[in-house]
Amino acid sequence: MSNLKMPEVDQTALARRQEVAADLRRIVPGEGVIDEAEEMRAYESDGLTAYKQVPLLVVLPETVEQVSAVLKYASDNGIKVVPRGAGTSLSGGALPLADGILLGLGKFNKVLEIDYDNRCAVVQPGVTNLAITQAVQHEGFYYAPDPSSQIACTIGGNIAENSGGVHCLKYGLTTNNVLGLEVVLITGEVVRIGGKHLDSEGYDLMGLMVGSEGLLGVVTEVTVRILKAPETARAVLVGFPSSEDAGQCVADVISSGIIAGGMEMMDKPAIHAAEEFVQAGYPLDVEALLIVELDGPEAEVDHLIERVSQIAEKNNSVSMRVSNSEAERASFWAGRKAAFPAVGRISPDYYCMDGTIPRHQLPKVLGRMNELSQQYGLRVANVFHAGDGNLHPLILYDANVPGELEKAEDFGSDILTLCVEVGGVLTGEHGVGVEKRDLMPTMFTETDLNHQQRVKCAFDPEGLLNPGKVFPELHRCAELGRMHIHRGQVPFPDIPRF
Amino acid sequence: MSSTLKPEDAAQLHDAVQWAVAEEKPLDVVGLGTKRAIGRPSQHEFTMDLSALTGVTLYEPEELVLSARAATPRAEVEQLLRDKNQEFAFEPPDLSGLLGASGPGTLGGMVASNLAGPRRIKAGAVRDHFLGFSGVSGRGETFKSGGRVVKNVTGYDLPKIIAGSWGTLAVLSDITLKVLPAAETEGSFAVEGLSDEMAVAAMSRAFQSSCEVSGAAHLPEGLLGAAATVFRIEGIGPSVEYRLEKLAALLNDLGASEKMDPEASRDLWRSIRDVSFFANGSDRPVWRLSVPPMDGAKVAAAVAAKCEARWFFDWAGGLIWCEVPEADNASEQIVRAAVAQTSGHATLIRAPQAIRAAVDVFHPPEPGLALIAQNVKTAFDPNGILNPGRMYASA
Ligand SMILES: Cc1cc2nc3c(=O)[nH]c(=O)nc-3n(C[C@H](O)[C@H](O)[C@H](O)COP(=O)(O)OP(=O)(O)OC[C@H]3O[C@@H](n4cnc5c(N)ncnc54)[C@H](O)[C@@H]3O)c2cc1C
Repeated sequence: MSNLKMPEVDQTALARRQEVAADLRRIVPGEGVIDEAEEMRAYESDGLTAYKQVPLLVVLPETVEQVSAVLKYASDNGIKVVPRGAGTSLSGGALPLADGILLGLGKFNKVLEIDYDNRCAVVQPGVTNLAITQAVQHEGFYYAPDPSSQIACTIGGNIAENSGGVHCLKYGLTTNNVLGLEVVLITGEVVRIGGKHLDSEGYDLMGLMVGSEGLLGVVTEVTVRILKAPETARAVLVGFPSSEDAGQCVADVISSGIIAGGMEMMDKPAIHAAEEFVQAGYPLDVEALLIVELDGPEAEVDHLIERVSQIAEKNNSVSMRVSNSEAERASFWAGRKAAFPAVGRISPDYYCMDGTIPRHQLPKVLGRMNELSQQYGLRVANVFHAGDGNLHPLILYDANVPGELEKAEDFGSDILTLCVEVGGVLTGEHGVGVEKRDLMPTMFTETDLNHQQRVKCAFDPEGLLNPGKVFPELHRCAELGRMHIHRGQVPFPDIPRF
Repeated sequence: MSSTLKPEDAAQLHDAVQWAVAEEKPLDVVGLGTKRAIGRPSQHEFTMDLSALTGVTLYEPEELVLSARAATPRAEVEQLLRDKNQEFAFEPPDLSGLLGASGPGTLGGMVASNLAGPRRIKAGAVRDHFLGFSGVSGRGETFKSGGRVVKNVTGYDLPKIIAGSWGTLAVLSDITLKVLPAAETEGSFAVEGLSDEMAVAAMSRAFQSSCEVSGAAHLPEGLLGAAATVFRIEGIGPSVEYRLEKLAALLNDLGASEKMDPEASRDLWRSIRDVSFFANGSDRPVWRLSVPPMDGAKVAAAVAAKCEARWFFDWAGGLIWCEVPEADNASEQIVRAAVAQTSGHATLIRAPQAIRAAVDVFHPPEPGLALIAQNVKTAFDPNGILNPGRMYASA
């Protein structure tokens, strides 16, 4: 952990560890409370493995009543709580705190109800993303957001991070596919937001919960929308001599009115790594590779494939393959979906970044990234959700070489700052967590951030839920609530009033 | 009589709100005023007239993004989009006929009300397309959130809480929205003579098919004549043809269906979107109920059992527009009791001012959520100067 400042450790909590463990065992009996250092090690980090911390205790509740009682206990005793799903977060959102309870929701793994008539499924938060689709696919349905980690990551984690996938250009992110939540507040109170109907009554608190990275409440039940799978899907695999050409092709496809089911780009290093790993049949002599997937009825898909092919040709494509079978379509995706592990094979370590940029800035950003790559002496491979401008640069480094991790992190910060400079944002789908926390001021003013933190105060005024994440500086709610009023001093005569 | 403040740019807006905070002058925040008749009458001394904050500041069709000053008229923006074959996918309604107002209003009003049309069921509401904003909170501070890109999880998603907040949290100066290509063509067909219950079941079947239905509404008998259950399909020509046929075949056990040409289809869906059936110059109370789609018929029947109501369904049964007789309480108890059988909610969209002052216009949240909502209001507007009382008597 290079130089990450976490909230000051509460020594009283550390001193009371035994007693707290005993109290919590009364709430979650049996093996639901773990206090052995060795056993707790399994929870010391999430997908951002550079950061590690053994928690005060691990608690694995099984019922909503237990979650409620644990949170109430934490609240009454001023003890911090870090919720955790599958621990695949890439931004350190589930990183434990030395003086905090790690609240694992893995035992909440039941699909509670499938309601085809209302097109929704009610599930517990520890159900994996893929398991939702698996529970409904025999009826031809699926749950649309499909992060690459979908075998492992939980819907609770997806809610917390507002996760996306390769199909979200057409079908939306997590936030667009959630209908209802049951949430336990830090006080232990259980509230329900939404249900099987659309749109919130009053303020859209569900919209706030999604993407709140475990800072506002613990999700204990989720109602998601399920969709009927499209009749067919076909993909086109197109090679381009430059990322400019590929980028222009994406822009032209969208301008022509086509919203593809998926539109993914890879640069040369990523293509080579993926091809070596899975032999997907990717062309190796191109600078950029585009996968465009069209879905819908056959007549529509065939028609659109034709149009996309024409647009690609106009943009100097040098190779093109259209999938003619499900197996072939899957093979096109195999390389893209395995891009992270593929890059993992060509380097001892890699660091996955997640900025979003206005799409037309891609050539500029890639160009600048090349310069930075030389400056830092670290290689970088790029995979890109091209339809929505979400860029995943993978920085290759070796953690065993002293100083390389820090170099990789600095390189990463430079890339994200660049994303913000060109009109984009720090994170498209992986969340701020601890990783991008200290970069928040590159995008937001202090006033912006204070408006966000006051939302935190509305839910958790003592700041006990997942503190140290998202916000670079923690202010006390009382301090944030103060107003600085300059009565009568505001210049006003310029404003027309009548 | 209230005085009016009319800022001409974001800086003046900032000054004006700051002045109101310092002087403790509650503000009535208004764009073009077309939705003023929705909500509780707010208690204010000054009107904040935003109508000078206009103009599209960025439109990049190939990036699917548009930014504009908050009071830019919707009509102007929608024309701009049409010129590029694009649109707001959520199909925002124009309730001016229903409310006796002068037009569809501004982008700011569209965002603040989060009202979406028939395509909401497929494409989401305003909140799903609202990417970012800049504005002044009730603290008199200018702040921003979100951005101009679709995929963004940097910090809390404040656009979500601003959408549908009816100007009670912040006064927006700038708005960024996602736009999408408009469908090349559309087609609809109607099945006649279904009861509400059968219609709801039929619409559910349609949505359980892969036909990608983009509108499903049921107009009960008496609204336009015979009962009509209408299905809309949008996309490219051959695909629309194919899916229309497939859907008609799927539902053919319900009797003959009548196909509409694209123009008739557009007209009908506009009427459904704009609730034109109740745009009769009266101010008889009109409720908007959002319920689980399969509960639609049951909820409407519960209202009808207790009062002389007229209603129709959109969103495959999940949205009920319901007109109730003139009465002092807008039949509030009846409507809320009917909705209470479900997880849904009801909002009084049209009623005389005296009634809107007397009954809960917005659905009263359960106590746990009410407290959080109150805390959120206080976080953004501690002194209650932005549209005080418009949503809830206490906020
Ligand atoms: C190989 C790989 C590929 C990935 N690909 C993608 C991708 O394509 N798209 C994408 O968006 N992400 C991707 N991710 C990131 C990650 O999988 C997602 O962020 C995922 O949603 C995290 O889910 P989780 O269950 O692992 O949550 P965790 O990592 O356990 O937790 C993540 C955050 O959620 C909070 N949390 C978890 N459960 C709850 C709950 N019930 N209530 C409240 N807060 C909770 C935690 O406190 C933490 O802040 C990838 C990760 C890996 C390792």
